[in-house]
Amino acid sequence: MLSRVANSIYWLNRYIERAENIARFSDVNFNMSLDMPMGMVQQWEPLIMTSGDRTLFIERYGKVTPEKVIHFLTFDEAYPNSILSCLNSARENARSVREIISSEMWEQVNNFYHFVKDAAKSDKVPNWPSFFKQVKLESHLFVGITDVTMTHNEGWHFGQLGRFLERAEKTTRILDVKYFILLPSVRDIGSTLDELQWAALLRSASAYEMYRKQDLQRINPTAVAKFLLLDPEFPRSIRFCIHWAERSLHQITGTPKGTWCNPVERNLGKLRSDLDYLMIDEVIGTGLHQFLDALQGRINNVDDCVFKMFFDLKPLDMINGG
Amino acid sequence: MKFSNYDPGQFYDELFESRGVPRADAQTLIDRIESLTMPELQRRQRAAQSALFKMGVTFNVYSDDQGTEKIFPFDIVPRIVSASEWATLDKGLKQRIEALNQFLADIYGDQKIIKDGIIPAELIESASGFHKVCMGLKPPKGIWCHITGSDLVRDRNGNWLVLEDNLRCPSGVSYVLENRRVMKSTFPQVFQQVPIRPVEEYPGRLLDTLTNLVPDHITDATVALLSPGIYNSAYFEHSFLAQQMGVELVEGRDLVVIDGFLQMRTTKGLRRVDVLYRRIDDDFIDPTAFRSDSLLGIPGLMDVYRQGRLGLANALGTGVADDKVIYAYVPEMIRYYLNEEPLLSNVPTYLCLDPKQQDHVLQNLDKLVVKAANESGGYGMLIGPHATPEEREEFALKIKANPRNYIAQPTLDLSRVPTLIEDEFQGCHVDLRPYVLYGKDIFVNPGGLTRVALKKGSLVVNSSQGGGSKDTWVISE
Repeated sequence: MLSRVANSIYWLNRYIERAENIARFSDVNFNMSLDMPMGMVQQWEPLIMTSGDRTLFIERYGKVTPEKVIHFLTFDEAYPNSILSCLNSARENARSVREIISSEMWEQVNNFYHFVKDAAKSDKVPNWPSFFKQVKLESHLFVGITDVTMTHNEGWHFGQLGRFLERAEKTTRILDVKYFILLPSVRDIGSTLDELQWAALLRSASAYEMYRKQDLQRINPTAVAKFLLLDPEFPRSIRFCIHWAERSLHQITGTPKGTWCNPVERNLGKLRSDLDYLMIDEVIGTGLHQFLDALQGRINNVDDCVFKMFFDLKPLDMINGG
Repeated sequence: MKFSNYDPGQFYDELFESRGVPRADAQTLIDRIESLTMPELQRRQRAAQSALFKMGVTFNVYSDDQGTEKIFPFDIVPRIVSASEWATLDKGLKQRIEALNQFLADIYGDQKIIKDGIIPAELIESASGFHKVCMGLKPPKGIWCHITGSDLVRDRNGNWLVLEDNLRCPSGVSYVLENRRVMKSTFPQVFQQVPIRPVEEYPGRLLDTLTNLVPDHITDATVALLSPGIYNSAYFEHSFLAQQMGVELVEGRDLVVIDGFLQMRTTKGLRRVDVLYRRIDDDFIDPTAFRSDSLLGIPGLMDVYRQGRLGLANALGTGVADDKVIYAYVPEMIRYYLNEEPLLSNVPTYLCLDPKQQDHVLQNLDKLVVKAANESGGYGMLIGPHATPEEREEFALKIKANPRNYIAQPTLDLSRVPTLIEDEFQGCHVDLRPYVLYGKDIFVNPGGLTRVALKKGSLVVNSSQGGGSKDTWVISE
């Protein structure tokens, strides 16, 4: 498979997954704000803190208001990680590999893009909850269509690799949201408000119901962190994502599982194995935020290695010079 | 009655013999249209447009700084070509392509046609598509123009004329295939009742044409389509054809010449490419042989080609035949190489480099269409009757300054086809681009792209100039 094509399929899937996750953050925040005491604005700030793009936001918008944050994250074309920008990039990538992916996939990316583009162009402010719900559905539709219309070949596995790395990375950020939420005072910890926020966080990962089935006690931070980090079966947990990313990687290279012959396999394998044998108390011991930070770094490192190993088009003189 | 007010006027109408009298092959279609209400027809028109948009059948316009894709407007009334007319076109095009192919082989070889005094050497050498670097090339199986899309028009009396030959990278065939798909859901009943020849064989035939270029000793050949990338106006088509044929779609940056072969960069290392259907003009394909500022091309490709280690469709250097001055000599080529009379005529063409003809052109600028010899896509032309005196004056100066670069043709009353515009049928001018493949034999796809000028009275059908398209129905014998 052409390196450029593999790169495009990988990013096509990453961008669709990214758009979905931004809708997830935003949706849950929107709902949370309805439960908050009047006059609180700070719960919008964590959203741009976790996106890692706070500086850009302040530069472009100044003060944080709910409207500005939502616009920034959904329709701002100058912000490369807004939902609209993600869809635009996904579509450009899909366009460049139209002959490789199924036409149903292309049509779905195209429809998805036009749905968001039309909403952005409209004078009316969308009904946000239904807009975010639709974004999630469109993304799920794309994933489903991909699964049932594209041959599960090398290209498909590059798509899976991209999607699961992106999802793992975004789940670290969802978990991290809570770190940035500043409670009004210490006595709120363990309060109804606190519990509401943890429940909202689970919902943003579509994890609330599945979590409930796992654990019959009241929602508590350690159990939530354990579920989203280490659950082996929940499809948005980080461990699950890393497992599936690794599976696709080995399908691409043909290297037997448990062995490695390049830096991508080594780094991803180490990460998977660390998660397999990790206990949640160790995580809480080092500090959840610090742990998530390090995890993001490792996931990004895998992405770098994927790029160098499979996609990097070396200049001619480097190839000729050996 | 929707057509009771439809007036074919003084033009040749492709569907009507005269007011209220459909041509025999169009009767079923006209009856079907009459049986539908205008809102229903408009709904079908919108559904067809929307289907094309959803399939992503779009093109980019170079001058549009938004960089947005546009849909090539589509009209649901097809153009119909009778079996006997098509038989003439089929034969005429095959004859023409055979002669053009021999011309290309000759002009980059022994140049007999110059030595025998049929075409002056300076005309060839001054043609923008003529590349000295191609002299002595011996393309596989002696085929130069594998894919051609000649533009045909009909005059007031219904005579078919060749307007130009496109031997470089003719585009538009994807519209032929997608328009047909949409039409089948627009008028399914008519397709059941009328024997319309299928066009869907094209991608398979095109693949045969390309694999025909694979050297016999290679069994694991790789065929690829070379595109400039997603910002090219015809990118949709490149991608579509690659998909339909199941070949790799590559860009210049995917390719590299190593160890004397053309190779592509894959996730598993380099892989040899044996045949390239290139949709990049000669000028940009190899910066070491042609334009050195090209970022799209592959350095060293020309050497691989010259060594016979790569099949290219079309061959390099074919653009010489697209020069409109050279075009004027095609009837002579047919007589010279094939010893036959041309079955299809050219549009009468005045060469401005001949002083006598130039005089005639300058005196009749208000009646003629003047074209730059090496432009296409409706750019660089003057439509005399529609131009202002200032525009004509400007062109007169251009002609005198560079007579080699201009030809003139009479303004033709192009034939028309009824076209749904808002809530009525209007006669709109059309041309026809059939697609011809030269592989083991010459194949003319029964159909083609009918382009229609949607602006009232306009004669310009190019997509970049506000034209649209129609399906073309060739009736089977």
